[in-house]
Amino acid sequence: MSTKVYDCLKAIAEKIIDNKDFLTDLDREIGDADHGVNMARGFQAVIEKVDPEDPDIGNVLKKTGMTLLSTVGGASGPLYGTAYMEAAKVFAGKTELAGEDFKGALEAAIAGIQKRGHAEKGEKTMLDALMPATDVFSEKLAEGASVVDALDAACIAANEGIEFTKTIAATKGRASYLGERSIGHQDPGATSLTLTLETIRDFLKG
Amino acid sequence: MVGLVLVSHSAKIAEGLKDLTSEIAAAHKGIVAAGGMEDGSIGTDAIRISEAIRQANDGDGVVVLADLGSGVMSSETAIELLEDENIKVKLADAPIVEGTIAAAVSAMVGSDLEAVLKAAEDCRGVRKIPE
Repeated sequence: MSTKVYDCLKAIAEKIIDNKDFLTDLDREIGDADHGVNMARGFQAVIEKVDPEDPDIGNVLKKTGMTLLSTVGGASGPLYGTAYMEAAKVFAGKTELAGEDFKGALEAAIAGIQKRGHAEKGEKTMLDALMPATDVFSEKLAEGASVVDALDAACIAANEGIEFTKTIAATKGRASYLGERSIGHQDPGATSLTLTLETIRDFLKG
Repeated sequence: MVGLVLVSHSAKIAEGLKDLTSEIAAAHKGIVAAGGMEDGSIGTDAIRISEAIRQANDGDGVVVLADLGSGVMSSETAIELLEDENIKVKLADAPIVEGTIAAAVSAMVGSDLEAVLKAAEDCRGVRKIPE
């Protein structure tokens, strides 16, 4: 499993790097045009610094979080860094991925992002993708769905979350200076978050 | 003496502020600049900030002063990373230039952590041009 977790992170990194310009262009519309560049730099460092052979999923995620903290540079550094580090606590000492742990990790990531960014749902942030996705994931899991099927549904919810961010004004971060003018643009953070979830789903599907 | 850590997205701002403070509060030796990224690019780095806090601490604690948005987020993260260590550390809600000068002067005359923090935060309400 450990190698798989590293491989999954690598797939996430590749997805982020592939979408660097797309994410930066989204951020150019309402932010400071650095989301893609920053995230790509961070995940490039993750691929290089995380030990592919470490069997402990918690260790791998913690190292990922610490690396993002020191290499991303913008607000997504402490936000994603905290999310991965909080998720790492749920997986501490574990070498297998269970649905309940994944759900716990998503919830821990949300709590971490909220603590760091002082944001709520509906403020045009990554939470507008992550929170509905986590809710749907939990519901599907409770109904007995497999992790992959639950993630499939979660990704649909995350994409709906992206669409929702187009309809609202930002109240957090640089985009908040634009106020109503930020309506019509999708949130870059919600987008990178959704790309992450989709990559995990595709990876687990194999 | 209460140490100070200066956090800015720009290494030049943090270094320049340290230089300025060294002129005004020359006797304060515990001021550490933690601006920009390791490679000198624009950004903030929670790991570097936590190392700077360790370096600035001589036992009396540390006040961190940060600039915009993620400067604050990275500083809060840095402080959390040090949770298990016995360092008294506070993030000031203050304009970084004025707050740093006030904090440095306050620290230099032997104020404790809370008083240094207050000196920095009191700058929020100070007008530059009197009515």
